Amino acid sequence: MSFEWVQIAYAALTVFIVINYGLIMTAVVQKIGARVGGRYGIPVWQNYIDLVKNIALRSKISHGVMFYLGPVFRLTGGIGLLLFVPTIYGSVMHQNFAFAGDLILALYFVFFGTLGMALGAGESGHPHAAIGVSRGLAQVTAAELPLALAVFAISLQYQTLSITEIVAAQQGGLFNWTLFTNPIATLAAMFALVGTMMRAPFDVVVAPQEIPIGPPTEYHSAYLALMQTNRVLFPVAKTVIYMNLFFGGASNWGEFAVKVFAIYMVSVLVGVVHPRFRVEQSIRFFLKWGLPVGILAILVV
Amino acid sequence: MKDIDKSFRKDTETEFPLREELKPRSVTAPDGQVIEIDPLQDYFCQEPPKVHKQSYFRIVEDFYNWARAHSLWILGFGTGCGAIEMRPLMTPRFDAYRYGIQWRPTPRQANLLVISGYLSVKTLKRAIRAYEQMPQPKYVVGLGSCTINGGMYWDSYNTIKRLDDYLPVDLYIAGCMPRPEALLAGFMDLKKLIRKGKAEGANKYAENFDWYKANQKSVIKDWDMPDYNW
Amino acid sequence: MMRDLHDHLKTRYRLGDLAERRANLAFVDVARADLRALLVELRDVHGFTHLSLLTAVDWIEEGRFQLTYLMNNRTANRSLGLRVFLDRADPVGDTIHDLWPTAATYQRELREMFGIAFPGSPRVDEEFILEGWTDMPPYRRDFDTLAYSQQTFSDREGRETHDPRAHMAKKLNPEGQR
Repeated sequence: MSFEWVQIAYAALTVFIVINYGLIMTAVVQKIGARVGGRYGIPVWQNYIDLVKNIALRSKISHGVMFYLGPVFRLTGGIGLLLFVPTIYGSVMHQNFAFAGDLILALYFVFFGTLGMALGAGESGHPHAAIGVSRGLAQVTAAELPLALAVFAISLQYQTLSITEIVAAQQGGLFNWTLFTNPIATLAAMFALVGTMMRAPFDVVVAPQEIPIGPPTEYHSAYLALMQTNRVLFPVAKTVIYMNLFFGGASNWGEFAVKVFAIYMVSVLVGVVHPRFRVEQSIRFFLKWGLPVGILAILVV
Repeated sequence: MKDIDKSFRKDTETEFPLREELKPRSVTAPDGQVIEIDPLQDYFCQEPPKVHKQSYFRIVEDFYNWARAHSLWILGFGTGCGAIEMRPLMTPRFDAYRYGIQWRPTPRQANLLVISGYLSVKTLKRAIRAYEQMPQPKYVVGLGSCTINGGMYWDSYNTIKRLDDYLPVDLYIAGCMPRPEALLAGFMDLKKLIRKGKAEGANKYAENFDWYKANQKSVIKDWDMPDYNW
Repeated sequence: MMRDLHDHLKTRYRLGDLAERRANLAFVDVARADLRALLVELRDVHGFTHLSLLTAVDWIEEGRFQLTYLMNNRTANRSLGLRVFLDRADPVGDTIHDLWPTAATYQRELREMFGIAFPGSPRVDEEFILEGWTDMPPYRRDFDTLAYSQQTFSDREGRETHDPRAHMAKKLNPEGQR
């Protein structure tokens, strides 16, 4: 694929749209949760106010170079994930920098943010941050295993490593989706989705009541604003991958909004009915249930 | 009260000895190197707080104040019995989240310290640490009559009477205890103060830093932390 | 029931008179030398397995501290309080942390709040509730908490104090009739 300068502007536009979509969607999800609980809930623009507030804070302290780079890496993980994956199928503007082997790169970027966060949180010197990061890395590693296996399965199925081609193969009707052509791989990947979304029952990494907020314990003001941005961007970017791989992709922004919201709600719905797992319980869960399903998916293909 | 002993004088002579683990000492490393350690100097930054100027443009500052007012993050630190009145604010009946109020578990991410009720000297030390770790601008709300004039702990040997001697208080909510409705009304008043740009407690603290420190040290006898906890 | 137990124990221990508060609650004075043997016998033979509390009273007029060991027999639902007196000028008690581990915490509290020493009790000299306390132990009656608080913390103007009884009488009956 040839490179043109205008692609950068297009990609920036994609990131902008996705961030705004994420800000509003996460607020809407919170509001739904509040309404279910009988509360009025936060205003849908609350995330914007929090973001401005955090940028507006006057005092900032640093714990060293890696402390700066932690949120930057985290955001890079989110944006990178988004940029190398076609957001809207068939759109020149929102094709981003998709290329032949982008599936492997996407798998890497899913992990990149957590690794960057580990460096930053380690530099902050707070014991809770270290505990949170070690939990996070262990859990993400275990949760990524089913996803990796599922990705191998569908790349074998479609004989390609390009997400664009995988989406293309799923066009033309509901039953061309991987969800129906390879349900076992989809199931394995959904394990990874609920596992890495940082929602209950797999949110022991941040566990506000136990290890105050975990890795970001020491982060405040503009650092926190960066991480908040990533917090809304990263789940959406990750959901985009799932949408492309298993749910037929999206051919316009409306379809994108609906599908991402629906897939995101899967992890929300799992979260509201399950209590939080301890980290060794969740790792055992992924190895016991996620991993066999992933292996089965490869064997079936 | 007939129990008052006119002749009683508190002991002002005795100094509290420095704790063993905080004494300066020299440690021999496994490779034979001798390291001098002063725990009170080595692990902390001793820089005093700065006065942070407002934004240069009035309109920018107003916009920021608007955002600050609508995004109050409370430090989840219950110092006394009043903490029990903050919990109902999260419930469907009062639902403080709709005003942009939420609770954060770490002082680094909080803007509002609610001193919920009586503050013993031991807790005061923690409250000061928590307050000083919060990023500017930060606000303090005193909850209940205990923070105003001691309340029912007016004759206690271990409970402070006036919170504003030790921390810059932006707003008091009277009552013993104030109901959650009173808390909500207080937070609304605090929002108005922030919108007007009058809630500059952190700058007041930095300007009168020596006065606050002298007051704090006069009641906390075992001051074993740096003067300003970054 | 309590009376029988008292008669039974009186032959071998130096006990004072039995003060019965209720059918299942009584107190008795014990000589300090007999305390440990009596506690062990009550615990192992008579079923008083639970140490409900260990506390002190400052009898400043008589110049002594009273230690109260309240023991409970759960199966029979009976409580027996043993009272031991210590010299106020040199208050040293005997540690019983090896009989009930919880006693160590009570003894730490008594050490801090009354200044009663319990040699041999674990961590007894560490701070318990107070931090950086330099004055006399605050639960002693010659410690004046009001005077201390006035000399330590500043008052806010405008505080009024009412005697509850006079205040309520005035409020309920403003004319002063009856």
